[in-house]
Order: sequence, then C-alpha cells, then structure tokens
Amino acid sequence: MQISVYRYHPEQDQQPRMQTYEVEEQPGMMLREALLAIKEQDETFAFRHSCGEGVCGSDGMNVNGSNKLACITPVSALKRPIQVRPLPGRPVIRDLVVDMTQFYEQYRSVQPYLIRKEPLPEQEIRQSPEDRDKLDGLYECIMCGACSTACPSFWWNPEKFHGPQALLASWRFLADSRDQATEERLDALEGPYKLFRCHTIMNCVEVCPKGLNPTRAIGKIKDLMLEKSI
Amino acid sequence: MSIPHRRFDALIIGAGGAGLNAALRLASADLRVAVVSKVFPTRSHTVAAQGGVNAALANVLPDDWHWHMFDTVKGSDYLGDQDAIEYMCREAIPTVYELEHAGVPFSRIDDGRIYQRAFGGQSQNFGGDQAARTCAAADRTGHAILHTLYQQNVRARTHFFDEYFAIDLIRDEEGAILGALVLEIETGEPLVIEAKATLLATGGHGQVFRTTTNAFINTGDGMAMALRAGVPLMDMEFYQFHPTGVAGKGMLITEGARGEGGYLINGDGERFMERYAPRALDLASRDVVARSMVTEIREGRGCGPNKDHVMLRLDHLGADVVHRRLPGITDICRVFLGLDPAEQAIPVFPTAHYAMGGIPTDRFARVVAPARHGPEEVVPGLYAAGECACVSVHGANRLGGNSLLDILVFGRAAGTDILAYVAEHPHHRPIRDTDIEPALTRLGRWDRTGEGESVAAVKADLRKLMEDHCGVFRDDATMAAGVDKLKALRERVEHVRLKDQSRTFNTARIEALELDNLVDVGMATLMSAFHRQESRGAHSRVDHPERDDEQWMKHSLYARDGDRMDYKPVRTKPLTVESFPPKARVY
Repeated sequence: MQISVYRYHPEQDQQPRMQTYEVEEQPGMMLREALLAIKEQDETFAFRHSCGEGVCGSDGMNVNGSNKLACITPVSALKRPIQVRPLPGRPVIRDLVVDMTQFYEQYRSVQPYLIRKEPLPEQEIRQSPEDRDKLDGLYECIMCGACSTACPSFWWNPEKFHGPQALLASWRFLADSRDQATEERLDALEGPYKLFRCHTIMNCVEVCPKGLNPTRAIGKIKDLMLEKSI
Repeated sequence: MSIPHRRFDALIIGAGGAGLNAALRLASADLRVAVVSKVFPTRSHTVAAQGGVNAALANVLPDDWHWHMFDTVKGSDYLGDQDAIEYMCREAIPTVYELEHAGVPFSRIDDGRIYQRAFGGQSQNFGGDQAARTCAAADRTGHAILHTLYQQNVRARTHFFDEYFAIDLIRDEEGAILGALVLEIETGEPLVIEAKATLLATGGHGQVFRTTTNAFINTGDGMAMALRAGVPLMDMEFYQFHPTGVAGKGMLITEGARGEGGYLINGDGERFMERYAPRALDLASRDVVARSMVTEIREGRGCGPNKDHVMLRLDHLGADVVHRRLPGITDICRVFLGLDPAEQAIPVFPTAHYAMGGIPTDRFARVVAPARHGPEEVVPGLYAAGECACVSVHGANRLGGNSLLDILVFGRAAGTDILAYVAEHPHHRPIRDTDIEPALTRLGRWDRTGEGESVAAVKADLRKLMEDHCGVFRDDATMAAGVDKLKALRERVEHVRLKDQSRTFNTARIEALELDNLVDVGMATLMSAFHRQESRGAHSRVDHPERDDEQWMKHSLYARDGDRMDYKPVRTKPLTVESFPPKARVY
C-alpha cells in the first residue's frame, strides 16, 4: 500500500513536501504500525507515539483530511493513497511533530484541578454514584489535541480562545460534585473569546478518538452561566 | 564545547506517577524542582494502568493493612523486604485518600465511598476468603491518577522540562550524584541540570521483550543510567508476565476483568485454573496463572487453529457489568479484535509486563549500593522510585494493584526524604568538566558516521532473543545460549551507525540512546536469571523447579562492570509486627 506523508525538516527544507512510501499491509494493521514501517525504511522520518493503544495521546495527526489517533486507526478503513499530515494550525517542528505549546497553555489556564475550600475529611470526600456518573465522558480525555486543532475558532485565536479540549477540562471540574470553585471558574470564562468563540461547528465531536463531546460540555458551561446570572 | 547549566534544588527524571507525586510534595514545599520527561507528562506509561490501586479501606469487604501485608509477602514468594512492605501497606490508606482529595474520579459504591474490586492474590484474614482491596476508576485508574497528579503539579507550579531526554547522571570523584546531562529533543542541544538531589523515576523496560504490554518509551533508561553510574541492579531476573495480554498483540487486559468475575478456559472449554489453584482459581497470583496457561498450551490444550493461546470469558457477566466496569477493555477488544467482550471470549497469552527488580533503594527511596561498610550504603544525592526502583516490596512476584501503590507511596517518600536532605545539604556540590565527560562521550558516540547496522535491526534481534531465552519457563542451557548471544549483540551495538545526524527532533538519535539502555538492562535481566538456580515467583526454572530458601532466599545484585553478580540478604524483619516466615505458597 502507498502512504504519502508530510515531510519538513527545518535544517534542510525551504518548503514542506509530501513523500510517498510503499508499505506492506498486514491484517489488522493500525496506521501507527505502518508509520513505524516507514521509519524502518527511512530513519529521518519523525512522529510522536508511545502506548500503541489509544491512551497516551501522543500520535494525533491528520489522516486523509481528518484528525485521528494513528495507533487506533486501522489502515484497512482508509482511502488510498493514504495522506498523513501534521495536526492542522500548529507550527510544524519537523515532519508530523507539531508545537503544542499553546494547546497546553490553554489547558493550564482553566485551573484544571479540583479546588476544595472546606477542610478535607479524614477519609474520602463522599460522592454518590450518580454524581460520579456525571464525570463520564469528561475525565477520559487523553489530550491528543485532535479536537482543538480541528476547530476553526482555535485556528484563528489560539492565544485567546481556550479551545474544545481545555473547555472540556473546565466542565469536568464544574461538573464534579466535590469541586467548590464554580463562581471563580465561571467568572474566569467571561469575555468574548475564552468560551464564547465556540460557534458550535462541532468538528471537535466528529474527530475525538475517545468519542467525547466537547461541544456539549461547552453548552453546559453556557447554560450554567445563564442560570447563575438570573 | 560549552554547555549551559541550570540549577535546581531537586531534579526528577520521569513524569509518571512516582515522579509526579514526588514533584508535588517538593513543589508544595516551595523547593525549586525540575521534572525532566522524554514525553509530555500525561503520556507517561502510568496512564495505561487499568485495574486500580490497593489499599485496605474495607469499603466493600472487611480488610486490614496487616492482611494486605501478608498477601504481599506471600505474593513476593518471601523475597520482599518486610520493613518496606509494612510501610507500603500502612501508607496505602492515607495515600488513596490523599489522591481522592486531589481529584481522582474513583468509581463509587452506593454510600459514596470509593469502589473496590477483587484482584489476584488478595485475601482476608491471612489467607482466608477473597478480599476486595483494589480502588478503581472504572478500568482507567492509571489515566485518572496520572492526569490528576499532573493537574496538581500545574497548580503547584512545578517546573517541567517536557521532551528532554536524560543521557546520564553526573557523578563526582566521591561518588555523589550532582544532577544529569539531558538533551532537549526539539533542538538537539545538551543541557546540564545541577541538583542537590536527583530522583530516578523512569519506569520499566518492557521494550526489551518482543511482545509486551509496555509502551514504546519503556526502555529502562533510569536503570541503565544507574548501572553506568556504578550502581548495581537488584533482582532483575524477576520479570512479570501478565497472564492476560491480547494474544499475539500484547495489549493489556486488566486482572480486574477476572476480578469482576471473568475466567480462563482452554481448548477443551475447561476452566483449567481449578486444577492449579483450587481455592483462588483465576485470581491466583500472576506468576501462578501465567505458568498454568503456558502449561496448558505446551500440553496441547491451547485454543485456536495453532492451539497457541487460551480464552478469557466475560460473556456471562452481562453487558452492563462489562461495559460499565470495564469500558477501556471493551474499547481495546472492539478496536484491536473487532469483538464485544460481553458477547465473545478474548484470546490471551502471558505477556511481558513488569519489572519487580530495579535500582536498589531503602524505604525512604534512597539508592543503596554495596560499598566499604556493607551492602546497603546510601549513594549521596541519588533516589529512585517506581518501577525502575527495587525497594523491594514485590520480591519475586508483584500482586496486581500494588504497582500504582508502589509508585505513589515511594514517590511521596522520596519527596519527603529529599526535603530533609536538601535542608541538610543547602549548597550544590561543585561540578567539574571531567564529571560531565562520560555522559558527553555517550552522547557523542552517536555522532559517528559511516556504514553500519541500523538501530531497528539490532533492537528487533534483542527483543526476540530475550523472548526466546528469558521467558516464562527457563533452564540452564537456554539461558547460557542467551547470554552468549546477548554478549555478541552487545558487540554489534558498537558498529551501529545513525544515518540521520540532524539536530531538530531527531527521534532516531533518541532510539539509539534507548537501545544502549535496553542492552544494558537486558543483560542485567538475563545474567541474573542465569545465575539463580531455583524457582521463585516469576522466575521458573524447569531444571530447578523448587524454591530453595537455604541457598537462595537472598537478593541478586548485577553490576555492569565485568557483568558481576553479588547477593545481599532479604530484610525479613518488619517495622512493628511479627515477621512472616517462608511457607509453601498455595492458592
């Protein structure tokens, strides 16, 4: 099978280019394995990857125009020739490796940690199974960046708009019955950009490799803001 | 060449659970702490831990830390150090509460307390009924813990060096550790990080085996750094093969699947664990289950056209239990096998999973090595915690749910001891250029150009060799041949050349540096296994099938210099309770 990959090496190349490799397809082969086969032919090809089972979030990339996680993308389902590019909208460091600094900055800026004001109990903070269920679909995020780099609002304003990943994280804590910083969290999201640049284009939902729904989380934050303002 | 230096109070190498829990302790105490990780912290392999973390909370069934201690000592096949095991099992309880307070989204029982499931090797009352001791966040407990620890470090403003690769420790003439030489992967530029205390928290080395549950990054970097700094590795022959890796592929299927009621069947449809562990059945210790599976297959009772695996059945549990309690396993089965585990059985085979051995430490996470005054002298300024370390709480076989516990308890212990150490040693010791030279030589070696073999070719041979010569069942002839082959392979590494000599994000260079580490750690594993002439825990010798407490109830120490073996006694005396003397191990 033929795989065409994006190549750019800042020490050598003026312009990025696509390079095509021939890889022998194996039954059940995932795209990551195909890229490893390319790496064996040509060690100058660079991409991030690690766990190989969709939990570390290292190998987000753009495949045939859509953001995917290479290690859980079967090559058999991909139209030929397969076109592999870096996640869109981020500065390319080399080949498929992009600079994710702004993405991580946005995550860190939403206070992505549990805030508790009351004194802590000696044992666990109690949480009913129903309240715990509210975190399902939120806490599983692996920070691969597929959603935020598929979002046009994030492309235009990556320094001002938090993006779907960070907003999903924000809702993960707002939705946690143990968290006691709702007011501050909502106040910090005020203004035209951080939250409200989301125009419900829903690319994030379409590409999330874990099946999460950042658009719904953003909607819930907006609902809560409205509720609090009345 | 002038290399920039940065100074911190403490340097932590590795950003998994152990490194991040230590960092949190230090950053919260306002120490200047640097965390170096070759991947962004949430990509560390702690993220892949599934089933949970053990603590005798007694939320679901009666429990006691002392029962937990008994199970751990028995599980270790009496090779674990009982002072460290007592400490870990006591600390487990406040540690899990602390994690919950930090935000870990544990699953819950009806009254709002943390959900706990049954895991292998757990008992009530010192060997009685099955216990339920494993605190779980569905089957994504490692992910939940790692992300929470990263989040709390964001809050504590820990200083991260993301995507920096540690080349080697820096050591002065007196043997004190002064920090490390690291490489910024993005630019290819070296950097010296000076620290009063350095913690190795680099995780395991499963990549030394061909089929493994471990990630690509698990290349034993910290263990190899310790070896090159003159520290021996301890008990490296004890490598755990997890019973339920996906056959032929290696993805982990948590022991929690059996904890929730799943069981194994052979090619005749027989629930064969009844014959090997009549009481504990499928929840016997991992070494016992793995051996039973391989025995079934060797005796012709495997499943599939090649009779080369057995099946794990969950289809009697109902879709609700399977999909709700084991959502991650459900995903893995769908994606990699195209099946729903609530309807179809999963093909499984014992798969290289976890190093019980590692860098020898005491229960304060201080690295200890033989020196003038005995076998356990502290190496000044050096700490190790997590899978790369050997405290030893796992001895010859680790219980499921005790590895997340180990990284958290001893990561935190390292943080606590480093605080005291830095208070006593407020100044950086001077670094001379000659102290850095060995690390620079190691890095510079990969600048050699010309014709030579590729990293990938040698690495593939290494992994095959280790699988063939150091697997679940071992014997003298197979391992002797393995040692010869590995020595020859080590020679070959000298002739490997990198074609890509560029600086920017050169992953080929990183993989070459990792290959050096894998070869060193592979040799430690194989050499230690070759010399231990008994069967204990995960180390099963066909030619020495019995445990031999008389001769072999002692820890192995492998030194890189001359591939030397040495031994030291097991610490059988706990801190406050009575010792558990060695007994026959029956499940």
